[in-house]
Amino acid sequence: MDPIINLILFVCLGIASIVLSVLAVSAKRLMRAATYLLLVLICTAGFYLFLNYHFLAAVQVSVYAGGVVILFLFAIFLTSNENDVLRRHQAGRYLWGALAALGGIAVTTFALVKHQFIYGDNQSMVGDQEIDMKVIGEALMGTEKYQYLLPFEVLSILLLAAIIGGILIARKR
Amino acid sequence: MIRMEYYLIISTLMFFIGIYGFISRKNMIAILISLELVLNAVEINFAVFNRYLFPGQLEGMFFTLFGIAITAAETAVALAIIINAYRAIGNIDIKNLSKMKE
Repeated sequence: MDPIINLILFVCLGIASIVLSVLAVSAKRLMRAATYLLLVLICTAGFYLFLNYHFLAAVQVSVYAGGVVILFLFAIFLTSNENDVLRRHQAGRYLWGALAALGGIAVTTFALVKHQFIYGDNQSMVGDQEIDMKVIGEALMGTEKYQYLLPFEVLSILLLAAIIGGILIARKR
Repeated sequence: MIRMEYYLIISTLMFFIGIYGFISRKNMIAILISLELVLNAVEINFAVFNRYLFPGQLEGMFFTLFGIAITAAETAVALAIIINAYRAIGNIDIKNLSKMKE
């Protein structure tokens, strides 16, 4: 792709994701907040595509957009009434939150701009550098160095525990 | 060329917007949505560092992959707890949560 068009698309995506995140934490209705969250997550999948992590983008869309947001929507259906508007804290709380966020942004951005990242002419950033599915599959299923069978299995135990825990907590007594 | 710092600035902003929501929201599901933003920003960072600084390797990508799965598990359990709290006390504002002890 042309570098300029690439940059323009990237900037649009970045602005969209920031604006939508602000909307997600400030929306009056819970359902709208969840929808904005969904859009932020889809923008993030766009970033992964820009980084040439196609598999990651697919996982992001299917797990987050397809799984987590649907969970959120059902939880919202189950726990709110019609025309429910979010109750608000007193004003001081917002001030402290904004102060904490702005302070954090200032410190982190200062460190970010000060620090010189060395990556030079990164060949992987130009052209099509999709990672082969075979490489990902072998890395997930191997037991050698830089291969991830053990975390994969531990994660499946964790998911099982989460399923059982979720059923146990949420069932009717 | 898209520089690495652009991604990092976007993820920084997303992270701290999530922190702001975490502090300023009252509804538990809204707090969980803010938490989701924070985790999402962290996962962008993993992928960016891997792609720009260590392009020959895949560690950051797998960290992101496992992070997404752990986030999904955490969300499921948290929502189960929230639904349970709603059954117990009738609404899900964070102030009322101390009633769960009784």
